[in-house]
Amino acid sequence: MLTLSINGADLEVDVPEDMPLLWVLRDVLALTGSKYGCGIAQCGACTVHLDGEAARSCVLPVGEVKGRKVVTIESIGNTDLGQQVQQAWLEDEVVQCGYCQCGQIMSAVALLEKNPQPDDQTIDQGMAGNLCRCCTYTRIRSAIKRVAQA
Amino acid sequence: MAHPDTTLESRSRRNLLKVGSLALGGLVIGFSLPFPGRSFAEQVLSEGPEDQPMSNSTALDAFIGIDRDGKVIFTVPKIEMGQGAQSGLAVMIAEELEIGLDQITLKEAPPNEAIYNDKLLNFQATGGSTSIRSNWEPLRQAGAAARLLLIQAAAQRWQVGADQLRAENGRVLGPDGQSFGYGELVDDASKLPVPENIPLKPAEQFKLIGKPTRRLDTPAKVNGTARFTIDLVVPGMKYASARACPVIGGTVRSVDDRAARKVPGVIDVIRLGDAVAVIGEHTWATFAGVRALEIEWDYGDNADIDSAQMEREIKEALDKPGALANEQGDIDKALKDAAKTFEAEYQMPFLAHAALEPMTCVAQVRPDAVELWVGTQVPVRAQTAAAEASGRPAEQIIVNNQLIGGAFGRRLEVDFIHQAAAIAAKVDYPIKLTWLREEDTTHDMYRPHYIDRFAAALDAEGRLLGWRHTIAGASVLARFAPAAVPDSGLDGDAVEVAIHPIYAMQNLRVNYVPVPPKALRQSWWRGVGPLRSTYMLESFIDEVARSVDRDPVEYRMELLGSHPRAQAVLRLAAEQAGWGEPLEAGHGRGVAVQEVFGSFLATVVELQVTEDKGIKLKRLVVAVDCGQVMNPVSVKSQIEGGTLFGLSAALFNEITVSKGRVEQSNFHDYRQLRISEAPPVETFIVESREAPGGVGEAGTAMIAPALVNALASANGTRIRRLPLARAGYYVI
Repeated sequence: MLTLSINGADLEVDVPEDMPLLWVLRDVLALTGSKYGCGIAQCGACTVHLDGEAARSCVLPVGEVKGRKVVTIESIGNTDLGQQVQQAWLEDEVVQCGYCQCGQIMSAVALLEKNPQPDDQTIDQGMAGNLCRCCTYTRIRSAIKRVAQA
Repeated sequence: MAHPDTTLESRSRRNLLKVGSLALGGLVIGFSLPFPGRSFAEQVLSEGPEDQPMSNSTALDAFIGIDRDGKVIFTVPKIEMGQGAQSGLAVMIAEELEIGLDQITLKEAPPNEAIYNDKLLNFQATGGSTSIRSNWEPLRQAGAAARLLLIQAAAQRWQVGADQLRAENGRVLGPDGQSFGYGELVDDASKLPVPENIPLKPAEQFKLIGKPTRRLDTPAKVNGTARFTIDLVVPGMKYASARACPVIGGTVRSVDDRAARKVPGVIDVIRLGDAVAVIGEHTWATFAGVRALEIEWDYGDNADIDSAQMEREIKEALDKPGALANEQGDIDKALKDAAKTFEAEYQMPFLAHAALEPMTCVAQVRPDAVELWVGTQVPVRAQTAAAEASGRPAEQIIVNNQLIGGAFGRRLEVDFIHQAAAIAAKVDYPIKLTWLREEDTTHDMYRPHYIDRFAAALDAEGRLLGWRHTIAGASVLARFAPAAVPDSGLDGDAVEVAIHPIYAMQNLRVNYVPVPPKALRQSWWRGVGPLRSTYMLESFIDEVARSVDRDPVEYRMELLGSHPRAQAVLRLAAEQAGWGEPLEAGHGRGVAVQEVFGSFLATVVELQVTEDKGIKLKRLVVAVDCGQVMNPVSVKSQIEGGTLFGLSAALFNEITVSKGRVEQSNFHDYRQLRISEAPPVETFIVESREAPGGVGEAGTAMIAPALVNALASANGTRIRRLPLARAGYYVI
């Protein structure tokens, strides 16, 4: 049994320690907002926050998460910044298919936490790990700027 | 489920409407637009035959239901995969029904070709940028008919003339301030006949159409609550993944599954003809199990095929006559007598779709039925595949369509649905099949490799007298819908755009030579035929213009005299991009213009290229005239995303084959455009009252030629074979 801190709650899971956090979230805890895209930390669809930092949960063995705080898309709206980012995503009509957007939002929140006024280059650096196959990049940039200016 | 107790028909130019009542009270409007017996190729070349009447039974799954609370349920004939089609269709209904978009609840259409066939595609599908175009008249008519019936019902209650009433915001308003909510009128309205005459709103009165509106599917997509196929859990469900033979056509000879069965969480290993599946308690167990399988394959006939051989076969096909697509004047004579000729050959590679949601399908085979939960662009084909795989009749297959995490054409295919049903048929519980990314990349159904050869005849002043154009590559249509391909082998999709060049010329011959596919299953890819031909034509016309020292915009403009909408977008894009303004050394601009999917587009790329082939994209400017716009934000989003989607492929992507196997496997070696490489896309919409054109694939079709044309302008290098990475270019 492992005890995990997920979205502010301590949860017990009975899984192998080498199982990636992504699959524990999705298939054991029914938190399916974090998505599988590549399994090798290339696409960012699985992005969660680990002690406040953006992390790719598809390559993160759940054993390494013990004692650390995990926040997923399901609870990011509980913070002001998280909510602002979600709202900006709607205002700017960022979303197309939507599959990558939970990961994009998690990366955007982590970026804005560190740098509340990012310029284009900082946005590009902070978001380059998240692929969007619908290529909504133009609007991701403008949504992040909308939050920065708020 | 609705049960019509009154079913009356009203023939209009394009559709048939039916009215009935919901089982629990309410109004239901159904309509039908089948064009049976009409091939895709035929519809490309000609106008359609008469509409067919709709049988009583088809009204049961009608499109619009209004219940006694006034809630409007819209059974959407198109799937949502990011293109915003469902919201665009809802706008049409809301406009004529005089309701707010927030009053509409969307429901996915079940498989039913009698009702949900797309009138342009002639089967039930979401694809070819047809969603808005096909439904523009019928959906507005359905909405207007419902409004007229509700007004009529109120008129009867109040004993006043219907002409004294109007509908607004979900209510019918009377002359003396009285009003009824739609919900109060639906039972009466359901007993009325469909009006003979259903006038549609003139464009000046539109409140929603053409105005920015919020999409209906997006709020759930920013908080993790939207469910894609990969997220579904049904009672008793287990997880599954599979590995198919790396060589298409190969089969399983033997399996050593001892290691796989030892993986914690693995429940079972299922052997299929061409694949082995692992079932587990969670996806991770199935992935680890699949990786632990030791499979001996019989690789079959494709085991020695490689990219070089495939390319050679396509090249050789160019020397064959193939099927004549179009001929005007005498191109052979024109070429012989020409003051100048210009010849070129272009290639575009095999491409994977690489949607971010890999192939996924939930399937359950029960004694009474087979049930699928799957995002599919083709629900009836999904039904057929599951019937085949499970040995059950199609009537027993239930398809619950789902949101799609990107498709780009991939989910027009049902191979993975067939596989899921085949696995489910061997166990007594539902399974959710999820492919590993590596399986998805190596077992895609790929955009064909095409090679086109041109020869242009020019007069002494460099004017275009005509061209000879030969296209070679696999025919997707011949596999997907063989009945749509005539004996000549002419593939109406492959030659679309090329068959009737937008540029004026007296002499023309277009031939298409189908190359039977080997080693790779080949299919539709975002942009389909128009993307193919636009790359070829817009590369060639640019080279022709430059060969006679003409400005590429001016040269095109002169040849577009009979296409004022094309001229207008070309002028607009050129203006906005500052075409003709001086550029520094190493900088260049390139242009492309075309009519694609019923829309007119012009794209201008400005870039800088370094001596070591680093490309810095400076500007991407797109002008679009897509006729009447449903939602300008959606049009811009599609143009922006579509343009970058095409850019990603043009820069980086090529699927290669060695020993019958695809060599790429994941995003590290089949890389995609990242935000740091993506310039902003500037989109300019031409206001238009013409019938709507498609936009989902239009931007994608334009970008590759504009990109290579810009590179030629910047450093004088003409890239005749995509992607640019193949020639050593990279993005800075």
